[in-house]
Amino acid sequence: MSRTETSPAQPAKGDERLLHRSLARRLMGRPELGSVVGAAAVFLFFSIVAEPFLQASSLSTVLYASSTIGIMAVPVALLMIGGEFDLSAGVMVVSSALISSMVSYQMTANTWVGVGVSLLVTLAIGAFNGLLLTRTKLPSFIITLGTFFMLTGLNLGFTKLIDGTVSTKSIADMEGFASARALFASHLTLGSVDIQITILWWLALVAVATWILLRTRVGNWIFAVGGNADAARAVGVPVTKTKIGLYMGVAFAAWVSGQHLLFSYDAIQSGDGVGNEFLYIIAAAVGGCLMTGGFGSAIGAAVGAFIFGMASKGIVYAQWNPDWYKFFLGAMLLLATLLNAWVRKRAEEKA
Amino acid sequence: MTALVELADVSKYYGNVRALEGVSLEVHAGEISCVLGDNGAGKSTLIKIIAGLHRHDAGSFTIDGEETTLSSPREALDRGIATVYQDLAVVPLMPVWRNFFLGSEPTTGVGPFKRLDVRTMRETTRSELLRMGIDLRDVDQPIGTLSGGERQCVAIARAVYFGAKVLVLDEPTAALGVKQSGVVLKYVAAARDAGLGVVLITHNPHHAYLVGDRFVLLKRGTMAGSHAKSEITLEELTRQMAGGSELEQLSHELARTATPEFPGGHRPD
Repeated sequence: MSRTETSPAQPAKGDERLLHRSLARRLMGRPELGSVVGAAAVFLFFSIVAEPFLQASSLSTVLYASSTIGIMAVPVALLMIGGEFDLSAGVMVVSSALISSMVSYQMTANTWVGVGVSLLVTLAIGAFNGLLLTRTKLPSFIITLGTFFMLTGLNLGFTKLIDGTVSTKSIADMEGFASARALFASHLTLGSVDIQITILWWLALVAVATWILLRTRVGNWIFAVGGNADAARAVGVPVTKTKIGLYMGVAFAAWVSGQHLLFSYDAIQSGDGVGNEFLYIIAAAVGGCLMTGGFGSAIGAAVGAFIFGMASKGIVYAQWNPDWYKFFLGAMLLLATLLNAWVRKRAEEKA
Repeated sequence: MTALVELADVSKYYGNVRALEGVSLEVHAGEISCVLGDNGAGKSTLIKIIAGLHRHDAGSFTIDGEETTLSSPREALDRGIATVYQDLAVVPLMPVWRNFFLGSEPTTGVGPFKRLDVRTMRETTRSELLRMGIDLRDVDQPIGTLSGGERQCVAIARAVYFGAKVLVLDEPTAALGVKQSGVVLKYVAAARDAGLGVVLITHNPHHAYLVGDRFVLLKRGTMAGSHAKSEITLEELTRQMAGGSELEQLSHELARTATPEFPGGHRPD
């Protein structure tokens, strides 16, 4: 996991049985490798076939697309390292936006009240997923498939019940809209490049998640509950709390994404979000997270999200039909996972 | 001298199944108590009671002379009882040093900058393993790449380092070859010499007799015998372990079927 800082501490105490590991070998042991190779290939490809791809303005568009996937892919990656799935993540984003919008519209005239209530309710949904999982011991696939459909139904049902249509009313004239928009959906200009604030959210989440994974006790526990939950429990790791915490992490990111949706588009389509959960899982898997848990990285998931950001916009710049994006998504998942599996086998054969 | 752990007449029932009945066991500091028994004799149930995974239904369980009922593995650990399971001792994909400190990680710094003390973790893992006589090539390798014997040894070294007074070992040599078993038994003896009380669960009387100070035999959930080493020979232990008279019966049966008259195993009568 953290081979980077072994050498400076103890270069003299090397073991004679330990053959010198070349840089290439050490890189191959990293979970991010497959995604980095993939990202380089995709970047090269679109640089050649799509001329506008290399312009600075395109870069900011690509980064924005990557960040909207990436904000969710990071906590989903942590959850996968912890050995679980969350199929409800995609619609949870829309639920979070809907709650925020409707609470603001129906109860008060201040958007921040809605934002706050939405945070609490979304975290509660995450905790519900985690509690259900740890109490029933059913597979997370089933549990979150259940909450996925329940949330999809609730999103549509409540919106029609309250607003009479499938989308929410505008809240743009309310108090606090401008400040909330500044936090969740603004953009700043750096030189000639336009930076969406979601990119900052994304990078911050990657940094925090990487710190947690590699340098805190909780990170050690996340790897352990995914790698061997029984062993972890036997040495005193709070397995239940760790898993519930991971689901609440996904919920937190869903809240951030949801508020971004709300404050950039003002009105929310209640049927949106379905299918996005797979994007997050694919980004995490391409980034080197094992489907069986216990291995992976947040940085890898971020690179995975970047690949799909490049692909979704690159296809537009190349003036192809955007339908090809879906094909690309599937092919990329297979290729990257195969590459990851092959690399890991090579790296473990004799490190 | 009071025993570190003492079980007296302990029983455990799962519904209407009698898993364990009237079993007594003493564990003293610097001694190895062996629990022997065939499959289904109740060895795992006994471990689970000592490790805090299950509560006993009858009898008394005393730690340091104080009667107790353990409610969780964490509580057992806090009372100084560390259990090393045969198959679930470690997380295979994690590096050795992360495994060594799993569940009891040291940290440095305060508030949001509180972090794992990685340097201490690495160095301690290396030196503690070396102290037990395990010279590891690289503490950064995933523990799954170690051999079964080495993994058991890391788990034992971990328990010793974290101040266990009682070490419970669940069939530490079961899946190992002859040489690897010898290595593990050496570390079991090293733990004993460090002053720990050891409970060694095994179905191999040869391994038990090599290191054990007292032997408890389990059979179908009940205690079939309890001996100090001075009271019993290896031959007698093996004979009792294998079921005594049952073994004679078995050898008799095997002798008759050496040249099967009815290869299908079906005797027309």
